[in-house]
Amino acid sequence: MAVAGSAVGLGNFLRFPGLAAQYGGGAFMMAYAISFLIIGLPIGWAEWAMGRYAGSLGYNSAPGAFACIVRSRWAKYAGIIGVIVPVIIYMYYVMIEAWCIGYAVNFWSGRMHFKDAAEAVGYFAGFVGAAGDATAMKFSADTALPWLLAVFVFNFYLIYRGLSRGIEKMCQFGMPLLIVLALLLLGRVMTLGAPDPARPHDSVINGLGYMWNPSKVQVVKATPGPTDKPREVVGAAAIAEAEKEVAASGGALKLVTVSPWSQLWNPSLWLAAAGQIFFSLSVGFGVIIVYASYMKPKDDVVLSGLTASSANEFCEVALGGLITIPAAVAFLGVAGIAGQAGVGLGFKVLPLVFSKMPAGAFFGGAFFFMLFLAAVTSSISMLQPGIAFVEEALGVGRRASVAILGMLTAFGAGMALFFTADLKALDTLDFWVGTFLIFVLATVQIIIFGWVWGIDRGFEEMHRGAAFQVPRVFRPIIQWLCPGFLLLVFALWLMRDVFGFDLATLKPGAVSSYVSDLFGAKSSLAAQLSVALVVAVSVFFGLLTARSRAYAKAERGLPKHD
Amino acid sequence: MTPAGLLVMLFSVGTVTSLFSWCIYKVLTSPGESDKLHAVELHTPDMDQPD
Repeated sequence: MAVAGSAVGLGNFLRFPGLAAQYGGGAFMMAYAISFLIIGLPIGWAEWAMGRYAGSLGYNSAPGAFACIVRSRWAKYAGIIGVIVPVIIYMYYVMIEAWCIGYAVNFWSGRMHFKDAAEAVGYFAGFVGAAGDATAMKFSADTALPWLLAVFVFNFYLIYRGLSRGIEKMCQFGMPLLIVLALLLLGRVMTLGAPDPARPHDSVINGLGYMWNPSKVQVVKATPGPTDKPREVVGAAAIAEAEKEVAASGGALKLVTVSPWSQLWNPSLWLAAAGQIFFSLSVGFGVIIVYASYMKPKDDVVLSGLTASSANEFCEVALGGLITIPAAVAFLGVAGIAGQAGVGLGFKVLPLVFSKMPAGAFFGGAFFFMLFLAAVTSSISMLQPGIAFVEEALGVGRRASVAILGMLTAFGAGMALFFTADLKALDTLDFWVGTFLIFVLATVQIIIFGWVWGIDRGFEEMHRGAAFQVPRVFRPIIQWLCPGFLLLVFALWLMRDVFGFDLATLKPGAVSSYVSDLFGAKSSLAAQLSVALVVAVSVFFGLLTARSRAYAKAERGLPKHD
Repeated sequence: MTPAGLLVMLFSVGTVTSLFSWCIYKVLTSPGESDKLHAVELHTPDMDQPD
């Protein structure tokens, strides 16, 4: 139960449906399933095995683990990525955690009851301060600031006082309750039908089609301009209407069917699918390797990894995947959610669903409170890699380490709270750290496990105490397919989505907004400062690593404590 | 929703549900397995050490 509980998180109900909607459902699911098999499971098992081995020598951080496995000077610096990723993600994850508790309390106090989608979307924009920088920095129940302060203090109080056993016990009951609530919500969503009789196309069945149909039907302009985007239509009646519209357009519009195979050529789709696997399974985060280091030598890393992953996939696909998108289409229509991504969809759509169900204030409050609990466990687990690193690098105790991490993350979270216009700081950090650096870390880890440590040694370590043998097919997957897949998708993604190359003609185009935000006339101060923060944290961690005596021992393969 | 969409949905949901059920079965039927199973557990040994 504890393993299943720890696997449930915000990514299941909020991030996954948003990405599936953005990248077109069925094709995204194919990329997602492949990513789960060839990167999620293998990297997860590799992290569990490497972490437990490092722990047997007394090292509890990614730099220590990399150094004692690779036994080279560069390894500890590569391991720093495993500290940067969770620490930086914590800085904006805690914001989303604050949104959850804010929404929970506001539901229970009766402040949240929406008549239509515009009202729910407007409330979210005001709450998070999307309209402009510093607009969320007001002491009101309807803005993020007081909730963020409360959550930040709560998290650090828990870990400073070592009270995490209490929250862990709470989650053992809270997480099954979240699953029960999600099942209730699923039942409600599946019986919504078409809530607005005037808009029969906006129905749950079309929402399920939008989410799961492998082929997409789109209305496109015959000669599209640079800002014109295809409009997707779902359902037989909507397609028949679109056919009439196209016939009446005199050739200006056309109806096209996009096969899943052509959608799968989009490297961004693969990166998003892989990124979601990383995010929800917590692989490539630098978190598992730290927690595995506290395991006993005969504990079962194979079944632990598989159970946590499968519990997470069940919550994500069977619950998260059937709730948010069908409900969103039923209330907002396919056009209304097109282009919406990330957690925003869950915060804009689910409150509307709760507003339209009996005892919605209670269920809405309960649902967001359970999400808050899930977020607390995730956010505290994101701090442990940083805490263990500072303890090891500086040779200080836990409280000193927590104090240093507290100051560092308070600065970053404050920045994310200030630069809320279009959620620019949060989005920039999520792109460069929550996507880019996770990819880099995952690739480094699987190469170390499969090639530097060696697949034979890795498998031997992995199977110590295991209840079952990992199929042999995972050996070539770990050595060849997983790193090859990661490097290929990463290279294509860099070319297309960062440097703007057209992959069909190999001609350069406009660079990504994440790059133009950093340089030139269209640069954004929020994006520049966010990236500067990542660089500054990296340099700080690099200096700590260079001066560490523990890591000097790890490089020679010596135990931390002789 | 097209028949292909329905198939993709049933296959995806069925696969993850079966995998999760098999894991629960394996944990419950392997002797002593529940003691050897761990997750990201928030209480870490460094919390018990004096500063």
